[in-house]
Amino acid sequence: MDLGVNFASILLGGLSAGTVLFIVSVGLSVTMGLMGFVNLAHGAFAMFGGYVIVLAMNRWQMSFGVALLLGFVSTAALGMVLERLLYRRLYRAGELDQVLFTIGLIFIFIAVITIAVGPESQPISLPRALGGQLNLGFMQYRTYSVFLTVVGSLIVTGIWLGFERTHIGAQIRATVDNRRMAESLGINVDRLFTMTFAFGSGMAAIGGGLGAEFLGLDPQYALKYLVYFLIVVSVGGLGSVVGVYCASLLLGVLDFVLKLYLPKGGTIFIYALTILILLWRPQGLFGRKET
Amino acid sequence: MNGAGSAAVPAVTTSLIDHPSARVLIRRHRLRWWEGLPWIVATGFYFAFPDYLAFGTQLLVSILFALSLDLALGYAGIITLGHAAFFGTGAYAVGLLAFHGIWAEPITSLLIAAAAAAAVGFGSGLVLLRTKGLTLLMLTLCTMALLQEAANMAHDYTGGFDGLPSLDIAPVLGKFEFNPLYADTQYLYTLALLLVCFVFIRTVVYSPFGESLTGIRENMLRMQAVGSPVRRRLVICYTISAAIAGIAGGLWAQTNAYVNLSVLDLDRAATVLIILILGGYGRLYGAFVGAVAYMALEHFVARIYPTAWQLELGLLLVLVALFARNGILGLGEALCRRYRAEHAGS
Amino acid sequence: MTEIRLETRTLSRYFGALMAVQAIDFKLAAGARHALIGPNGAGKTTFINLLAGVLLPSRGRVLLKGHDITDKSQAERVKLGLARTFQINRLFRGLTVLENVCISVAERVGAASSMIYPLGRRTDVIEESMHLLGMLKLTADAGRRVSELPYGRQRLVEIAIAIGLKPQVLLLDEPAAGVPSAESHIILDAIERLPEQLAVLIIEHDMDVVFRFAKRVTVMVSGALFAEGTPREIEANPQVRAVYLGQAAHD
Repeated sequence: MDLGVNFASILLGGLSAGTVLFIVSVGLSVTMGLMGFVNLAHGAFAMFGGYVIVLAMNRWQMSFGVALLLGFVSTAALGMVLERLLYRRLYRAGELDQVLFTIGLIFIFIAVITIAVGPESQPISLPRALGGQLNLGFMQYRTYSVFLTVVGSLIVTGIWLGFERTHIGAQIRATVDNRRMAESLGINVDRLFTMTFAFGSGMAAIGGGLGAEFLGLDPQYALKYLVYFLIVVSVGGLGSVVGVYCASLLLGVLDFVLKLYLPKGGTIFIYALTILILLWRPQGLFGRKET
Repeated sequence: MNGAGSAAVPAVTTSLIDHPSARVLIRRHRLRWWEGLPWIVATGFYFAFPDYLAFGTQLLVSILFALSLDLALGYAGIITLGHAAFFGTGAYAVGLLAFHGIWAEPITSLLIAAAAAAAVGFGSGLVLLRTKGLTLLMLTLCTMALLQEAANMAHDYTGGFDGLPSLDIAPVLGKFEFNPLYADTQYLYTLALLLVCFVFIRTVVYSPFGESLTGIRENMLRMQAVGSPVRRRLVICYTISAAIAGIAGGLWAQTNAYVNLSVLDLDRAATVLIILILGGYGRLYGAFVGAVAYMALEHFVARIYPTAWQLELGLLLVLVALFARNGILGLGEALCRRYRAEHAGS
Repeated sequence: MTEIRLETRTLSRYFGALMAVQAIDFKLAAGARHALIGPNGAGKTTFINLLAGVLLPSRGRVLLKGHDITDKSQAERVKLGLARTFQINRLFRGLTVLENVCISVAERVGAASSMIYPLGRRTDVIEESMHLLGMLKLTADAGRRVSELPYGRQRLVEIAIAIGLKPQVLLLDEPAAGVPSAESHIILDAIERLPEQLAVLIIEHDMDVVFRFAKRVTVMVSGALFAEGTPREIEANPQVRAVYLGQAAHD
């Protein structure tokens, strides 16, 4: 029984960590799959949104739900503005320019937040309903972790259904598949890009806020976790919601397990595994092979 | 003769290679007068600013590192965020040999550093250069991160996070004392090595091999269609680039007399990328211009206002990416072209 | 008997259940001026890709001058004397026209792997490239960046790069595609002055080009060879008319 509980608690810990990773990265996967744009600054949007959410709760006494909503809306709006004004100009540019541009954006975000809020890590106080332990029947576990895992599965299901069942989802899938054809079918690709980018940034904000409790929230957030976001997106496969979900959970569980049993050098295993997977399937586990 | 009837050929029986465009290509590799300038300036710096020689040495090391990246990225089009993997390999090779008392002669240590970095470059290039785009970017990032983790794990040998302090480097050529106190020796030593490496890179760039690298960058599929062994060329280029980055890393370790995990960091790889693009990639001298611009800016701004520096740098990068993707040298070229067009008459 | 330069035997290629190319037996002789026509999606470009080594066949063999090259890579086939152009330009856009041709000539003569001596010293490569440019009437543009040229002249550079390889067999994939009609004559002129012994296979939709240039025409429909003959014979063939040329053939 003990082993089972141990296993379950590790699994849950990893799943909740992976879920946060997923919620932040799902927007990146979709926009990269849709627009082919290497957006290294995606983590910066998560950071921005996380700050809005945490500050809303700490300084303006907003409730958790309202703060999340505010974070989503403000970050989505910011994303929309930046996409329209700046990102749009670089869609046809080479990968190098996109990398340079987004690195510059990261620096700007970090600097602005440091100036506006300060370099310290932001404390986050969870709402009481989500604190403490939850009785799962065979064991007790942190309520918040269970909450995260459940929310994550709801989100992935929601987004997946959105892709498969809604009109806009079909438009996105068509454009990912063949942009020229989609345009000739009358799909307003520009508007699609803007809305998808806004939505992806908003999701990143939610991830930043929800994950602030254990990923922390300080101005270096955008850079600290950049490699992880990129790993789950490329291993999962660009544009695949299911792919980034699976990759995130896998990474979350692995990271958790390694931190427990191999605290000194666990991450080396993650990098090695990423390399092996990308060499075996350069398009990612669920990605589409380039013909 | 073929009676090509082209208007540009002046005389009656001139050979085909007398055509102006042919002459341009034939003369391309000849030294132009201004190519001596960077070296004159560097030597002048030695005499004019004896108190800043330590800074100058690090500047020269940055130039060398950026030059190595230019070969892979600027000329062959290999987009990598992991070039510090080779810099770090070179640095640790020198550091480990010196710290554990195995070998402290500076010049041969650099050769060993170059060989070690070349081995890593060859091995990783063989495997990674099958991919492209985001996949390649990720793989180069992960390779570098993996090496950094490995260096951290082997802390018994590498000193882990704290690194290896106070490396004892033997005197250069047996005579010139070599440690951070003797900044003048270090500066001249680094300058000499930069010159040697630069001459080598310049030769490669102007050779047919270098031209084929540019072809690969411009259109890889077409290179395959003309029978070029593309992957082989890319791996060779990557290996050479890694070797030179390894020399730069070794120099860094020698002139700072220590080595730590920062030599393998994403920060270092991103900085050298920024430097190269700022100066202008694929132009040989972009590394010089970019390194000077970047380090001068950093020296004056970052010391005093670190956050403002980051903001400025970010804005600069965004502007460069949007409006000046070919860097300072690219802007210079564009200005020259416009000047010439305006003064060519109508 | 004229030498058969390129031959395929029951060459086939499936993509899943789709038979893009079906059991094609094809021969191309030295000096051939052979056009391959057919409706869109007939499999012409797939066929060229199979010949060039970009795709491997599902079945069948490809022979170049009698040697089986079915398992050989693109680069190996080039070394054996096969060159092709692309339907959409694949040029070295940032480089000058002269450099574009020098690259392929240098590859051919084996100069391209040399790292020590400058390209400028290889006056043999540069001279041959200039000669080629002269043949194609591109000399005036030799020093210009390819990206600055009008599309028609870029298409010429596309052909120049392939000819720089001194191939025995040349595959031209819609050489006049995308060229404004005012400029298409320069493509036609260039094709007409190709070396006499060179075996040329050309995919084209432009019937003017086909009639002016081709000595034999093959019609491909749904991945299979549908008809073959002289241009006159094909034009007069009622089945070909029905499936492809339609009524437009007469204007």
